[in-house]
Amino acid sequence: MSSKTSRRLLTGTALALSATLGLTACGGSQDPSEAAAEGGELTIWAWEPTLDAVVDAYEAEHPEVKIDLVNVGTGNDQYTALQNAISAGSGGPDLAQIEYFAMGQFELGESLAELNEFGADQLASQFATGPWEGMSTDGSVYGLPMDSGPMAMFYNQSLFEKHNIQVPKTWEEYAAAARKLHQADPKAYMVNDTGDAGFITSLIWQAGGKPFNTQGTEVGIDLADEGSKKVAQLWQPLLDDELVAPITSWSDQWYQGLGDGTIASLVTGAWMPANLESGVPDGSGDWRVAPMPQWEDGTMATAENGGSGLSIMENSEKAALAYDFLQFATVGEGADLRIEQGAFPATTKDLEDEKFLNRKFDYFGGQQINKVLSESSASVIEGWSYLPFQAYANSIFNDTVGKAYIGDTTLGDGLAGWQDALKGYATDQGFTAR
Amino acid sequence: MALTTLRPAAARSRGTLHTPGRPKRSLLLTIVTGIVLVYSLIPLIWLLINSTKSQGDLFSTFGLWFGSEFNFFENLARALSYDDGIFLRWLGNTLLYVAAGAGGATLLAVLGGYALAKFEFPGKKAVFAVVIGAVAVPGTALAVPTFWMFSSMSLTDTPWAIIIPSLISPFGLYLMWSFAKEAIPADLMEAARIDGASELRTFWQVCLPLLAPGTVTVLLFTMVATWNNYFLPLIMLRDPDWFPLTLGLNQWNSQAATAGGEAIFDLVLMGSLLTIIPLIIAFLFLQRYWQSGLSAGGVKE
Repeated sequence: MSSKTSRRLLTGTALALSATLGLTACGGSQDPSEAAAEGGELTIWAWEPTLDAVVDAYEAEHPEVKIDLVNVGTGNDQYTALQNAISAGSGGPDLAQIEYFAMGQFELGESLAELNEFGADQLASQFATGPWEGMSTDGSVYGLPMDSGPMAMFYNQSLFEKHNIQVPKTWEEYAAAARKLHQADPKAYMVNDTGDAGFITSLIWQAGGKPFNTQGTEVGIDLADEGSKKVAQLWQPLLDDELVAPITSWSDQWYQGLGDGTIASLVTGAWMPANLESGVPDGSGDWRVAPMPQWEDGTMATAENGGSGLSIMENSEKAALAYDFLQFATVGEGADLRIEQGAFPATTKDLEDEKFLNRKFDYFGGQQINKVLSESSASVIEGWSYLPFQAYANSIFNDTVGKAYIGDTTLGDGLAGWQDALKGYATDQGFTAR
Repeated sequence: MALTTLRPAAARSRGTLHTPGRPKRSLLLTIVTGIVLVYSLIPLIWLLINSTKSQGDLFSTFGLWFGSEFNFFENLARALSYDDGIFLRWLGNTLLYVAAGAGGATLLAVLGGYALAKFEFPGKKAVFAVVIGAVAVPGTALAVPTFWMFSSMSLTDTPWAIIIPSLISPFGLYLMWSFAKEAIPADLMEAARIDGASELRTFWQVCLPLLAPGTVTVLLFTMVATWNNYFLPLIMLRDPDWFPLTLGLNQWNSQAATAGGEAIFDLVLMGSLLTIIPLIIAFLFLQRYWQSGLSAGGVKE
């Protein structure tokens, strides 16, 4: 062969090799387990305390992998940091914990990697409905659920017994119980609420309402639909007669109120036991869990409140490795580790596991609370979706609906005001508001 | 004529002479300062008492007296070991920022104040105007522009983002300026120069000892400002490994405010107590310096 041809051959081979190398460097569709065997470094932004053990276990099994688990803030604080990193194009993590209501925001910004290429869409049956719908849109999967928050009623049984109150099964009974309790003891309230967007939207969800709809860039907002009206009509008399404690959730007074009998019940997500156990240790033995109050006696329909999953960022260069960890943490061994530490599962196999269901909780006087919570998870109404800018929507909730809590307007009008504000914001952001 | 014992005209029924060294006793003044004292000390007493309580006791027992258990040492051990001893890391970070930031700020303020007070140069009046103007600008107004600047230099989320802005203290500069003007007699500097000392030697060996009270005042002032700095690190830092104590305690505090979060309010209180102790010690030990430093410049020798 002449030197010219051999040189061309060499160049050709070199080009072909570098092309192949370039393709694999893109991390396109590398097998996740191969990526794990190769090793590398991952950065995860999450505030979930149960992930520490998962990271340790994963690193033990895959010594070539080094994971940096960073807590850059809880909820909205992290979303701000994440948004900044995405806009700056650098400084972001490979994986991030995102709550279900905030998924829309990041999905729309195309900041999350689509996981269908790794076969994530085949995992649908392994997860409960609510969480799965929260992590996927139109068949595209953007993350895997970590925990879920099917709602139930947590109540202080010793307080109920003291004032001879029956555990309410319907919302009508709940309102009546609220009245009876407050009359018997003016310092005690059935529940606290100073304007919580997540709570009201979850109630609307349970009432069958579907106020938020997104089709591409068209956003439908209808906070006067059947479900929304039902909730407004239920909650308004409670506000008018001051049967709701004026204490903001998650504040110091809230923890105090739960402990000293000021707040007798909470209708919230299945993750509450962990908060009660660490934040209200004096209440141990007094609290019980009952199904969420129903609209009609004999039915069983619930909603989700809170819960989060892990997503892989679109600009991460280690998507395959990240997916291997993601699987480990959500459907593999990692999931079991988290559940042991008290996380409420989003996986159907764990929700139906005998040991899980039969577990007795000392805090709840030995009650097998997981049976109630699991039943709630299986009864979550399908088809709910949040707005692509739900985090923003929740932040302006109190500007409009919040006024109803101080008596300046009614819930119905407040919701209408919120709807108008959201439609205006949607149009400003370039959506078409319906 | 016999010498009569002179009785000062000012003495009346009490029979004592009131001089600046023995001022007149005022009951009203004692009461007022007593009230202010109690007002200032109550939060500290509250902190001390409540850092001994367990999580449950915090919410169920009276705020100004001890709870059912005495958990001081337990809380102390847990605070120092929680999350792999991150509190000690945060303490180290704070000491770094204070030593480098406040120490550096004091050095710059002393150098600048000395130069401005003792030397003549063109533009001196302009510098004076700018420094006084800078004192008037609130730090919070500058925090966000500073962030943009550091972001473009890729220095955010590093210790430099905290140390460099802390080096600038217009108030410290002004304090040293007015102190140096009064504390160092011009003749002393002339004498040193005549004896053949270089400018640097004049500064270090002759003038600096005279500036000690003012230096300590500025040091304490910048130390407190850097130790308690919350807004600047909040904007600049993302990685909890570089947090100062202020941000770290805030993170512990907001841990309970999330679904499934673990409440550690007892550790927050213990951590807060540990955070204020070094400052209190610094102030108590350096008392005689800053007490004289504050009043210096007010009396012509």
